[in-house]
This record gives sequence, structure tokens and C-alpha cells, in this order.
Amino acid sequence: MPLDPATQKIRAFDQVGTRPLRPDGLDKVTGRARFGADATAPGMLVGRILRSPHAHARIRSIDATKAEALPGVKAVVTSKDFADRSDDLRDILVNIMARGKALYEGHTVAAVAATSASVARKALKLIKVDYEVLPHVTDVDLAMEPDAPLLHDDLITSGVEPVPTKPSNIARKIEFGHGDVDKGFAEADLVVEREFKTEATHQGYIEPHACLASVGSDGQGELWVCTQGHYMVRDVCAQLLGMDVSKLRVTASEIGGGFGGKTTVFIEPVALALSRKAGRPVKVVMTRDEVFRASGPTSSTSMRMKIGVKKDGRITALDALLKYQGGAFAGAPVDYGGMAGVACYDYPNIRVVGYDVVTNRPKQAAYRAPGAPMTAFAVESVIAEIADTLKLDPIEMRLKNAAKEGTKSAYGPTFGPVGLVETLKAAKAHPNYKVKLGKNQGRGIASGFWFNFGGQTCVSLNLNIDGTLALAVGTPDIGGSRASMCLMAAEELGIPYENVRAIIADTSSLGYNDVTDGSRVTFASGMATIHAARDAIKKLCGRAAKVWGIPEEAVVWEKGFAKPSGANAGNFEPMSLKELAANAAKTGGPIAGHYEYNAENAGPSFATHVVDVEVDPETGFTKVLRYLVCQDAGKAVHPSYVEGQFQGGAVQGIGWALNEEYIYGADGRLQNAGFLDYRIPVASDLPMIDTAIVEVPNPGHPYGVRGVGETSIVPPMAAVSNAVSHAVGIRLTESPMSPPRILKALGEQAARKAG
Amino acid sequence: MAGTHVKTTINGDSVEYVCEADETLLDVLRNRLALTGAKEGCGTGDCGACSVTVDGRLVCSCLVLGVEAEGRNVATIEGLAQGEHLHPLQRKFLEHAALQCGICTPGFLVAAKALLEKNPDPSEHEIRFWLAGNLCRCTGYDKIVRAVQDAAAEMRGGRHAA
Ligand code: FES
Ligand code: FES
Repeated sequence: MPLDPATQKIRAFDQVGTRPLRPDGLDKVTGRARFGADATAPGMLVGRILRSPHAHARIRSIDATKAEALPGVKAVVTSKDFADRSDDLRDILVNIMARGKALYEGHTVAAVAATSASVARKALKLIKVDYEVLPHVTDVDLAMEPDAPLLHDDLITSGVEPVPTKPSNIARKIEFGHGDVDKGFAEADLVVEREFKTEATHQGYIEPHACLASVGSDGQGELWVCTQGHYMVRDVCAQLLGMDVSKLRVTASEIGGGFGGKTTVFIEPVALALSRKAGRPVKVVMTRDEVFRASGPTSSTSMRMKIGVKKDGRITALDALLKYQGGAFAGAPVDYGGMAGVACYDYPNIRVVGYDVVTNRPKQAAYRAPGAPMTAFAVESVIAEIADTLKLDPIEMRLKNAAKEGTKSAYGPTFGPVGLVETLKAAKAHPNYKVKLGKNQGRGIASGFWFNFGGQTCVSLNLNIDGTLALAVGTPDIGGSRASMCLMAAEELGIPYENVRAIIADTSSLGYNDVTDGSRVTFASGMATIHAARDAIKKLCGRAAKVWGIPEEAVVWEKGFAKPSGANAGNFEPMSLKELAANAAKTGGPIAGHYEYNAENAGPSFATHVVDVEVDPETGFTKVLRYLVCQDAGKAVHPSYVEGQFQGGAVQGIGWALNEEYIYGADGRLQNAGFLDYRIPVASDLPMIDTAIVEVPNPGHPYGVRGVGETSIVPPMAAVSNAVSHAVGIRLTESPMSPPRILKALGEQAARKAG
Repeated sequence: MAGTHVKTTINGDSVEYVCEADETLLDVLRNRLALTGAKEGCGTGDCGACSVTVDGRLVCSCLVLGVEAEGRNVATIEGLAQGEHLHPLQRKFLEHAALQCGICTPGFLVAAKALLEKNPDPSEHEIRFWLAGNLCRCTGYDKIVRAVQDAAAEMRGGRHAA
């Protein structure tokens, strides 16, 4: 049971940990909920975007005169409509509208606003772009070659000494670790070194990017948008358009999935620019094809992983080389990914070197534990191979090396209380771990980690006349977080869950909030909600004290009532929240609780996954037989949605492991930009996803909460690979492990045996 | 462009509209009739977010033309609840937390209803294959399948009692 750091009391919960219906549920099962594309405005125009058909091309000129002359066309914008800049928003500016060069197939080069979709489509065809096609590169290893086609003439690798004199596609080199890896490998009884490759995947949210922009000639604007962070959207768009931040009000719609892919801007500044030029509201909605070609995806990677161990399985050293391409701009998550990917174990000696590389692909966007699944794939595959070679139980091998309280992480900090050991034990104790496997079947284990973020957060809790509460939070609810916020407010105030209603406030109604990312919302907005409730309680006690004519300190709050703190304080009937609310006008006016802060001590979440698969040797098809997720939630506020995060992340990881990949042709064009050819898991591909919630309280949160959203995608690629490798008797090192790749590996094995 | 005049029935109400020849039923529902419960996840028949039934048959409304609704009976998510009373599937989706973001939910509910009308007692396997045309990126399908199983059981129980 968690220790409340504020009161130093061990606490039990009345409501946190229960499973009430979510406040936005009814709207979502009746079709009433309004998502990005569901809004309309009077006089609304349709905006559409012209995209580069080339992976890399110089834009000699753009002639839009014919498009502008087409009846029904109200505005055309190109890079000329956005002022150039040299600050850290320049990459975003160039990504949302190509300047001088198209850097990937799908790169925006112009946009139109017209009275109907069909007119807009016709107008796009009338825009003449004169391209000079340039050589391109989409593979990370090839992009690092000295003679590779250069994306940016001014990109000088950072993080290397001496500073390179010539530009390259390597944006940055990173290095971290501790100890002496050479010494560590010298001490090892067994050293395993392997190379790995992973393909890029897309976040695959079912709702395409969509927004409705409206800017008037008075310079004031409104934007309705599906995003993980409407404050970020406001600040970035206002700067790109040269508007005062106060003049742009952004409302976050319901959001149909994001997984990190909606933490930046794509169409939003374009829609605003179109609206400003046309003087009318403009709605822009991406097609699925555009979502694949121009938003998301993750990095693809090429990695080398070397791990040394003693005979008993104790790790002596890890040495890793990680190459991540992040599309046309710097920012591949090799740093976070590398740090998180190795974080599960205690290494006496570790060195990780990473490269952030640019290629002619869409700019990568965050995807659930950005970068971590790839490095974890390499680490956990080598650990599995070592356990096989040494004939150690894979869970015992991990327990021997598991990070725990006091372990110094490779990325610097020393861990506080963390739950990896508990998840490993939960996995070992689970019935799935004991099921006997048949022919062509294999079991895989892998563990994973994510830091979890805190960040800038602000909430407001307003008391209504009838004693119910309106809770305004600024972090878009992407998977049921409003329910968790209501639970925490109700818990703190000691009132029924139904009496609190949470909304996502627009950017003009609440202070700044960081994006919904890093698994931060239940932790950070949750903690802010608790503190806002405490702020309200303090004021409520003050009002009761005023009525009773006793000092404020002599009033305590208990389960929805203000009470005298003891016999000495006086003998008064407890006053309910309802009474206090009804009398608020007479006792000093409205009552509200507020809290704003920069949240820290998020507390990492570890997980262990166990999967059984069966591989058909004829077709190379892998069937997932059973899947188990054991993860530390600190304290599960709404266990159903915690399980949902575990299951959803696991299944995205299964897709990454078995099917999903960006396939590029020799022309640098994406060949599978649709859900038919880019196949995400469907219901018939999967079994039930079993879960075990482990609760090792996070001392940084009053209720012990840890973020849970991201860790669940870290182990699956490795777990599935380990299972497939066991089923076929060959170590697989490339994702996705699609039927063609498995058949190829089986064929090579047969050839080796025959030879 | 000359529009076509269409007379149809949607969720039991007679409706008339004018649409262009190349306009999908999904676009008509969303843009002309303000029935935005059906969603466009792909526009190519691959995600099921736009699921509706036409004369009781489950279709992707992004693959049906608006003009094809002439004289038909279209049912959308907006017609699933009867006044204040949610359909058992809607209730079970809420109880089982079978939605996270909820963008796929209308499509799943319409598709699941069509399944239960055909087969009131589907196995897990049958549910999974029937719903294989509906993509959900958030839930991993576990809770969706359970919600459908539970709703089916309740509806069978209800029928027996009646
Ligand atoms: S929008 Fe119709 S199937 Fe995806
Ligand atoms: S709940 Fe988000 S796609 Fe299904």
C-alpha cells in the first residue's frame, strides 16, 4: 500500500482502483463524440494538399495561376506564405511546407482551399511544379556512406570531436555508459555479438490528422484539431504564422489515437494559412495515404549488440552500436531509445554509441516509448541466446541481472523503488509459463522499460452550486484519462465519482500544459488534480471555519465533510460539500482549486512479456497462441484502462514484430501506403492478451501512480522474436518476422544442413 | 455538377438528399446529413470505421455511393440506441472498457450487431473472424471480443426470458 509522502500515512483507497464507466463513454458508443474531422463551421472551405511525388527533388518553380483561376478556389499557399526562420522551429517549418527542395515522397509543396472537395482536387492538378529530381537514399546504412546523396548541405554532425568540416547525413553522435567494456569482455566466459535490423512502422491511429482552422482579418484565430497537445499546436502555429499566441485559441477535439504521432504539427499551420488568405474557415483532413506518406512513422534501425556473461549468467559488459534513421530531419530517437532499451539490467561495464541519421523518408514522429523497442529487441535477443547457450531459465537469467532499487542505470540516475523483479516473478508464477509446448511451437520472454515523463501541467477544479465539480485539465484524453482524473479528484474529496466531470479545456481557458506524451497524464495531470483538490479542500475548510467562527486550522476534511478537528475545536455538525457549495456566495464567493507545476519524479515502469507462438514451416506464418503482459503500474487508478494500455501496446508490438513495415521501392517511393498492404493486427490474428498488474508504488506520486502507456510496446518485438527463434531453431535478427523472412531463414538452414 | 436526388430511409426515418454522382454514402452521411458517427479511417474498405448496414447487410459506407441508397434502408450507429436505452452491445462496450480512443467504436458496434443478428451465439473464433474487417489500434481487441461475448449472452438470456 502506498505511503503518502505529504502525510506519511499508509493509505487505503475508496475509489482509486475501481472500474467505473468513463465520463465520455456514452458519446463514444452512440456516435455523438466529435473527433477531428467531425466539426463544421459556417462558410467552411475544403483544404487539400499537393505533395511531392519524388523522394528527393529540387523545386525550381511553382506556378499556381491556373489553380487560382479555377472557379471555387479561394486560396493557394506555398512556402512563400510562411516567413523563413533560423530558430529551432525551422525543421518543422520546412517539414510542413517544402522550401527549395522536396525531401521525401509526400512532402507538402502547396495547398488549396476550395468550395468543395472535387474543386480542390481539380485545383491540385492545375498547380505546376517544376522539379529537378535528385538522387535519394532511404536506408540508414547507405545514408551514412561518405558518397551518399546529401539531404542538407549544412548538416554537420554534432557530438564528434574534432568537428567535421564537411556536411553529411549524420546529424549527431551520442555516447553513454560507464565502466570499462574491454575489461568486462575479458572477464566474460561467454560473449555473444549479433547484428540486427528493424523496419520503420507507423503509429497507425485509425483517425487521420484533421483540423478546422479559422483566421479573421483582425488577426484572431481558432483551431479545432485532433492532437495530443493543443498548447504545443497553438505555440508552434502562432510562431510559424507570425501571430500573437493570445490570438490563437486551440480546442482539442476527441482524438482517435495518437501513440506519439500527434505530438507535432503537419496540416495545422497550412490550414491556418489557407484560412487567413481565404478569409473563411478551412477544414483539412488527411487521407490514409497521406497519413502513411507524410506523418509518423518510426525510425528504421541497424544495430550491433555485444554482451558478455559469466557462466552463471551474470552480465560483465554490454557494447552497442545503434544507427537510427529519422527521415528527412534530425531527431531520430537513438538517445532515448538507446537509454531505455538497455535499462533493464545492471551492467558493471557498458558503452552505447548511437547515430541519428537523416534519409529521404518522412520525418519520424514519436511512437510509444520512442526508439526503445528497437534497442530492446537487440538486447533481449542476445540475452535469450545466452540463456539458451548456458541452459539457464530465461527468467532466472534476467532476475540475476535485473535493475532494482539502488542500481545505477546506464543513462545516469540510480533507480529508486522499481518493479522489474516483481514483473519477472509474476511472469514465472503465471499459468502461461507452465503450459507445455508442441511441435513448431516456441516460447519467448522479454522485459522492457520506459522512463515516464512529468512535465508542465495545470488544472482547475471548480465547485458548482450543487456540490458537484467541474475539473478542467489541459492534456488531451487519449485512452480514458478523464475517468482516472475524476477518480482521483473524487478520492481526494471523498465524494462520489459521478459528482466530478472532467473536460479538456481549450488553450485560452487554462495555463500551459505539455503534450500528452511520455505516459505522463495519469501521473502528472493526476497529481495536479490531487493538489487542486487539496487546494479546494483548504478553501472549503476556511469557509467552514468562517461559519463556525473558529480558526481554519481547527477544521479538517473527511470524506466529503468539513469537521472540527477535535473536541477542543468546538462542537459543530459536520458541513457537507453540498452545503458549503450552496452557501459559497454568502461565505466569500466561488470556490475553486488550482494547481500548476512542472512535474518531476515520474517513476519508471518495467514490464515482462511471455509469448507462445506456432510457426507453420510450410508458409512461414506465425500464429500467436498466448500472450502475457506483466507490468508495474505503481498504483492502477482505473485497472480496466491500465489493462487496456498493456494489451494495446503489446498488440502494436506484435504487429511490429510479425507484419508491419515501410516498404520502399528503388525509386524511393513508399509501396504500401494503405491498411491493405501495411497490415496492422486484426482480431482474428490474436488470442486474448493476458495481463498481470504489478504495483510497486512510485514514491513521487501521492497515490504511487506510474505512467503505463508506453512500456507495453517495448518487449513484444524481442519476445516474439525469441519465441519464433525457439519454434524454428534459428535466431532471427530482422523485423518484421513476416512469412517471407521466416521462409528465407528456414531455406538457408535447410541448405546449411544439406551442405 | 448536376446532383442526383435520392430518397432513402435512415435509422427508420425517410430522408431525401441531393448528392454528386461520385460521392460516397459515407460522405453523404457525414457532410450532408450531419451523421458523423460513421468515421473515415481509410476510405478504401480496409478499416471498418465507416460500417453501416444497408437493408440489413453490413457494408463499408466508404465503398457505397450515395446514389445507391435510393429506396434502401440504411442503419448507422446513431440509430443503435432506442431513445434513452442503449443497445446491450453499447452497454457492454462501456462496462468492459472496450474502447480507448473510441474512433473505431461505432464501426465495431454496427458490425457486432450485424453478427449477433445472424448468429446469436458466436464462438470467440467466429467473433474474431467476423470483426477482422474492423481495425482497432488501441485495445488489442481483447476487451472488444469480451464485450461482444457478454452482450450476446445477455441478449440470449433476454430472449429466453421473454
Ligand atoms: S473508411 Fe471505410 S473501411 Fe475504412
Ligand atoms: S479504441 Fe482507438 S482505435 Fe479502437
